[in-house]
Amino acid sequence: MIEVKDITKSYGSGESRFQVLKGISLTIEDGEFVVILGASGSGKSTFLNVISGLERPEGGRVLYSGKDITSLSDRELTEFRKENTGFIFQQYYLLQNMNVEKNVKMGADLAGNREYREVIRAVGLEKKLHKYPGELSGGEQQRVSVARALAKKPKYLFLDEPTGALDEQTGRQVLDYICRLQAEYGFTIIMVTHNLNIAEMAGTVIRMNSGKVAETYTNQVQKTAYEIGW
Amino acid sequence: MVVGIKDGAKLAGIVIISFCAVLVCTMFMNYQADIAGIEKEIISEQVRIFYQAQVATAKMVSGLSGGCLCLTSAVMLLFFIKQYIDTHKKELGILKALGYTNLKIAGNFWVFGSSVFLGTGLGFAGAFLIMPYFYRVQNLEELLPAFPVRFHPAVPVYLVVIPTAAFSLLAVCYAWIRLKMPVLSLLRETLSDGRKRKKHGADKEGGLFLEDLKRNTLRDKKVLAFFILFACFCFSSMTQMSFSMDELASEMMAIMIMLIGLVLACTTLFLAITTVVDGNKKTIAMMRVFGYSQGECTRAILGGYRPVAYIGFAVGTVYQYVLLRIAVDLVFRDMEGIPEYEFDFPAMLVSLGAFAVIYEIVMYGYSKRIRNISLKEIMLE
Repeated sequence: MIEVKDITKSYGSGESRFQVLKGISLTIEDGEFVVILGASGSGKSTFLNVISGLERPEGGRVLYSGKDITSLSDRELTEFRKENTGFIFQQYYLLQNMNVEKNVKMGADLAGNREYREVIRAVGLEKKLHKYPGELSGGEQQRVSVARALAKKPKYLFLDEPTGALDEQTGRQVLDYICRLQAEYGFTIIMVTHNLNIAEMAGTVIRMNSGKVAETYTNQVQKTAYEIGW
Repeated sequence: MVVGIKDGAKLAGIVIISFCAVLVCTMFMNYQADIAGIEKEIISEQVRIFYQAQVATAKMVSGLSGGCLCLTSAVMLLFFIKQYIDTHKKELGILKALGYTNLKIAGNFWVFGSSVFLGTGLGFAGAFLIMPYFYRVQNLEELLPAFPVRFHPAVPVYLVVIPTAAFSLLAVCYAWIRLKMPVLSLLRETLSDGRKRKKHGADKEGGLFLEDLKRNTLRDKKVLAFFILFACFCFSSMTQMSFSMDELASEMMAIMIMLIGLVLACTTLFLAITTVVDGNKKTIAMMRVFGYSQGECTRAILGGYRPVAYIGFAVGTVYQYVLLRIAVDLVFRDMEGIPEYEFDFPAMLVSLGAFAVIYEIVMYGYSKRIRNISLKEIMLE
């Protein structure tokens, strides 16, 4: 379980100081699919970075099963990310000088996962093992990034606009892969998006506005990637 | 204008290398030109041998150091232009899409030659400041008749004007060649990168990620490995040579060689390692995000260069020994009072110790820099 307690965060200093997060508190249960919804500039990506341990908040606490990660040293925080988290970004951030297999091994080696080819197969890239990112389409690159994140067997998967750079069909395909893999592996998903339709796939939706949680609701029925609008 | 004066000025490495090259070459070329004026005044056979040795040394030193450093500057210039084009592909692609010709864009790259002008100009001026003392040291026993430092217009033409023009032209031509690719290849940078990488062949199967990354980092930028090798070569050869020079030539020569060696080595090493770290920012940031430790990132990105550095040191050791052996056996063979030259093992050990300490301190500094690379930094690019 992730408990977020009164998180604050600002950027800049003096007159140009801007408060991005204004005292956010919430709880996310293990195995949940949570979507953080909000317009550009609402603070959703900063919030994702803070709860995933990529950035430190100015105030407040983030607890994973009771353990406060905001008080960890850099080394301990790295260790925490190594053991618990996986990340998928809009821009993929694949290593351009490594082929598909090696990109996935980046995640797999951290978890000592020798069965990483299973994940590559699960995202449908088993025939492109030796291709480089520059030789793949946007959708394929994002699937590599999904495989890389899941190959390290994370307990928590953080996604920042994973379909932002993809067309409708590819976007649906990537989301479908992620959901199917969640059903198989049981990790918690925390996804940031501005797409209202994607929120229909989530169990819990947190809508953010101007650095605050404006609304939290649960979906009675979670739609699949092919049932939502786009 | 695509390339500004600021971009040219960033080429500190070329400025320093061309400064060192022209400083040394100016001193020896000018000395050679001035000493030729007293040739007719030499009557004694012993003095004539000394005179010929001086001329031969001047030719050898200016030719070797000038040639090597000129070549290194050229390689560095081409590397920086290639890197500039690689990092500004999209902007250059947009210019081409708007209708600018390759030649029109490449024409702006002449400013890269300004770094050569700055370096050679400073080197030439610096040499004239040192030369009166240098002339005195060269003829300390007053075997030759005294002669003053004269200005020879051909020297700045050969060492400042021609190199500046040649390097500017080289920059324009190289940029023109590099820009000869379809607009879409420039705009879709990752596609061309991927295709190029395929030429290296498939990655080793079943290897550990960190080992593969170390190998790929080294393989992808071979020219950086060359610069690191060159830096360590300079450190090794120049420091060891300066110990021997103390006995074979003069204290001034020893200090000068030591200083030039250290400046060249440090500048080239810093530039090369900075380029390696900056070029791998995205990789490092993602590794940190995923939970790789600072040590693992440092070893994967910089660890592959350590053997290269020690190879550079070994090559430098052999080079300085061979060079001094040739100088003693061939150039000074008829001279009296030249001490017997043997390989200086203690000097090599001192140099190796200093090298290991400096190299590890530099690597430690860069590992701190690696720690501070964040995902935010690459997201904002």
